[in-house]
Order: sequence, then C-alpha cells, then structure tokens
Amino acid sequence: MAKPAKILLNVPAIKADFPILQRTVRDKRLVYLDSAATSQKPKQVIDATSDFYSRYNANVHRAIYELGEEATREYEGAREKVAAFIQAKSPSEIAFTKSTTESINLVAYGYGVKGKIQKGDEIVGTVMEHHSNHVPWHFVKDHKGAVLKYVDVNDDGTLKMEQYDELLTNRTKIVTVTLCSNVLGTINPVKEIAKRAHEVGAICVVDAAQAAPHMPIDVQSLDADFLAFSGHKMLGPTGIGVLYGKQELFEATEPLLGGGEMIREVHLGWAKWNDVPYKFEGGTPNIAGAIGLGAAVDYLTKIGMDAVRGHEMEMTEYALEKLARLKGVQTYGPKDVNKRAGVVSFTIDGAHPHDIASILDVEGICVRSGHHCAQPLMERFSLPATARASFYIYNDVDDVDALVAGIKRVQEVFA
Amino acid sequence: MSISYDMYQEQILDHYKHPRNKGPLAGATKNARDSNPLCGDEVVLHVKLDGSERIAEVKFEGQGCAISQASASMLTTMVKGMPLSDAEGLGRDAVLKKLGIPLSAVRLKCALLSLHVLKLALGQKTDVGT
Repeated sequence: MAKPAKILLNVPAIKADFPILQRTVRDKRLVYLDSAATSQKPKQVIDATSDFYSRYNANVHRAIYELGEEATREYEGAREKVAAFIQAKSPSEIAFTKSTTESINLVAYGYGVKGKIQKGDEIVGTVMEHHSNHVPWHFVKDHKGAVLKYVDVNDDGTLKMEQYDELLTNRTKIVTVTLCSNVLGTINPVKEIAKRAHEVGAICVVDAAQAAPHMPIDVQSLDADFLAFSGHKMLGPTGIGVLYGKQELFEATEPLLGGGEMIREVHLGWAKWNDVPYKFEGGTPNIAGAIGLGAAVDYLTKIGMDAVRGHEMEMTEYALEKLARLKGVQTYGPKDVNKRAGVVSFTIDGAHPHDIASILDVEGICVRSGHHCAQPLMERFSLPATARASFYIYNDVDDVDALVAGIKRVQEVFA
Repeated sequence: MSISYDMYQEQILDHYKHPRNKGPLAGATKNARDSNPLCGDEVVLHVKLDGSERIAEVKFEGQGCAISQASASMLTTMVKGMPLSDAEGLGRDAVLKKLGIPLSAVRLKCALLSLHVLKLALGQKTDVGT
C-alpha cells in the first residue's frame, strides 16, 4: 500500500482558490491532470490581471501620468519578483517574452544566428527536448552551418552522461538541455551539465518550462547561462514568458524584435539598442500577463517551492505505485521520485492514447495524449503516442484514484 | 449528440479490433497516405479499379486511435465494388452517418482521415477537414 501522504499542502484550501476547479464536466467533478500543458489559475492571479485593466491600464515606460507610473511600477515589480523567484542576481537579467518558445528562439537567434556562432561550431542538445528546444537550433544550423549533436537517453529515461562527455569538444559553443522532461518527468543534472559545458568554453541554455512551476530554481547555483520558462504553466496567464540571461551574455545577445521600447535612439537607417533587458522587449509588452505572473510568483512563494516539490513527489510516488499494480499499463521515465517530477506518461495495452484520453474525458478527467511535442523522444522509445497525467498543487490522491478508476474503465471498453 | 461512451459502440470496436480489408494490395493502381499531425494517426489506402471503372479491391494500412482505424476499415467496406464516380462523390456526411457516433471537433479529424486519404488516392481535391 502507498504510504498515506504527509500533509505538505492544504489542498482543499488551495483548490478553493481556483474558480475553475469548482465547475463540473458533464456532471462529473473536474479532475484536471494536464498541468504540464497549462496550469489552472488562482483567483489571486485572475484578480491581479483584471485589476490592471480595471484600475491602472496604461502603457509602460512612456506615460508621464499617474496611471502610467502605476503600470510601470507593477510591471517592473513583476520582474523583480521573477528575479527573486529564480535567484537571479538582478532584475536586469530577466526579459519578458511571450513564451518559453520565444525565449529559446531569442537565444538561438540573438546569440546564434546573429551572434558569434561560426560554421562548424557545435551545439549539443538531447533527444528528450521539447520541439521548442529543438527547432530554434535547427535555424542556427541552417543559417550558420552549426553542427547539432544529441545526447541519448537510457531506457530508464535518464540522460547518458558518459555520452555527453564524449560529445563535448573544444568546438562546442552551446549546450542546451531541459531541466525537466515534459514526457518522462526526468529531472536532469543541469548543474553538472553546465559545469562540463563551461569546462570546454560552451554556454548552457536551460529549458525550465516544466521545472520552474514545480521545484525551487537557483540559476546561480545551477550556473545556467540562459534559462527559459513560461507563466501559464506556473499559475500565471498565457502569453507571458521569461528569459533569464547572465548580464554579460544578455549584453552579447542581439534582439529578436526591432521596434519601440527596445531602442535608445533611432535614426534613418540605424538605431542604438536600449539597455538589457529592455532591448529584448520590442513593442508594447504583455503588461497584464507580467503582472499576473508576478501574482503567481507571490502565490507559489507563499506556499513555498520546497513544499510544492514535496507534495508532487508524494503524488507521483502514489500514482506510480497505483499504476504499477494495473496489469497491461506501462509508465515511462525514472521510477525514483527523487529523479523525476509529477509528469506521468503511460500506455494501456490495446487502447490508443487518444482513446484513453477520450474515455477519461467522459469521466471528467483531463489528460493529454499524443507525442507531447517531443517526437524525437517518442521515436527513441518507439512509441507513436502516450497518454500523460501531470500533477500540481491543487491535485490530491482522490484525483489519482479517479485516474485509476478511469483507466480500468478504458480497459473494460477495449477488453 | 453528447460526448459519451457512445463513441465506442460495438460496431466501432469491432472494426478496430477486427479490421476489414487491412494490408498491402498487389497491383493497386491508386495509393495514398496521410497522417493527422495533431494525433499521429496514419492511414494508407490502396485502390484497384476493374475494367468498368469500378473499385474492384481496396485495402488500408495504418495505425492510430480506434476512431481513425475503425473508420478506415468501414470506409473500405463502403467503397469496395462501388463505381468510381460514386466513390468520387462520397462526402463526409455519408461517412459520418455510417460511423453513427457522436464526435468532438478534434475526433472528427480522426474519423475523416481515411476519407481524406481516399480523395487523395482518387486524385481529387480534398476538403474534408483533416
């Protein structure tokens, strides 16, 4: 039997903060197990966003009047909160983007395509990356003639670190890796990966889309050079993302978007960039999104990221144990919850993942199915698709039990 | 129609578990393949016409969810022996009527993939929405 969960989080009180969790789906209780795709939002975040529009909507960094001052103060306040959340040295190391995808593209373009990468320079990635940490590097290959290399994974879903050592050469300029796999849940040893990258003179770019919402992150301890994540997976609004970059690397990176806000002066035919991080924020930014993200950071910080991580480890352990007891059900990724996050991909013999998701949907249970934007990883495991349940602070063992009952229902239908 | 277990009626599950006309087809004169990028469902259709412009034989190959594979199996039973002109005139409504199950917008793409591939095989413009 699974150990009864220690009370790390007051889940009923947390659930009460999420208006959407009060609704039903076809008269069934909503069991939301797709937070790896996007998280639900607490009323604190929704209110912060709507407060901006109803009380002090104005453009930032321009308006002289009071509303503009307030908007700028809140927008920059959000930047300070995000910087503190990941232990950045300064808010100037935080650029707001629209998504993790844009953040990684900004690095690939501004540091790669428009930057110092030369023909024959090597970029080392891994086969477990999300498409958003694959495709931007294809651009660098296509435009600069960079050589792409990939670290494989072991059958247990961990990276082949000895192969990583072999791939590193004095031509390696960039190493890029996810801190946490969106399919396997694997938490990669990024501190060690960055250290080895630095030893050959490469920088380390970290995709933290699945990590930032679920575990404490310390960019200084990781010694990450760039680190990207999104607001919407960590209780914040959609359309707001973050790129962290070490000050000197930010300064060495060219902007992706030219326009207002990102300039110091503009003349016919040429312009001077604004200081970091503003040179990366061309155009009116997603002000409400940033303010909402700031409120999300406040919410998570109040709970404590150690408690968030601890809660999800217990949920994952409980789920893996329950699913292991179901005949004909396979789970993927590390079995040791110390090495993984609360993302549980699974398959059921005789039932396609889309059918699994459809049947669970009838029961009010939301899971993702498909290739999870990680086709190279799916090919590595010879899987056309998996179903995926993912947990967050508002999930409890009842949700796992509902999933298990739903899986049994799937097995009945496809028996 | 509401989304419910009706999607997995006996007929659908039967075609999924025991697909008709599945496999390669030697001497096929028209072939096409496509996949659903969202789901990865894949359907390949092989068609062989006889001397009087009739679909003498049709087979499918593929992988994917029950809806996509059952609909491919059912489509082959519909068009086998059909005059080419009738097959060309086959629309989404006829296929959906034959399936007879409630489908959400996303699963509609699974259900219509095989019709889309048939249109490709027959060299027709395809707009069935996959």
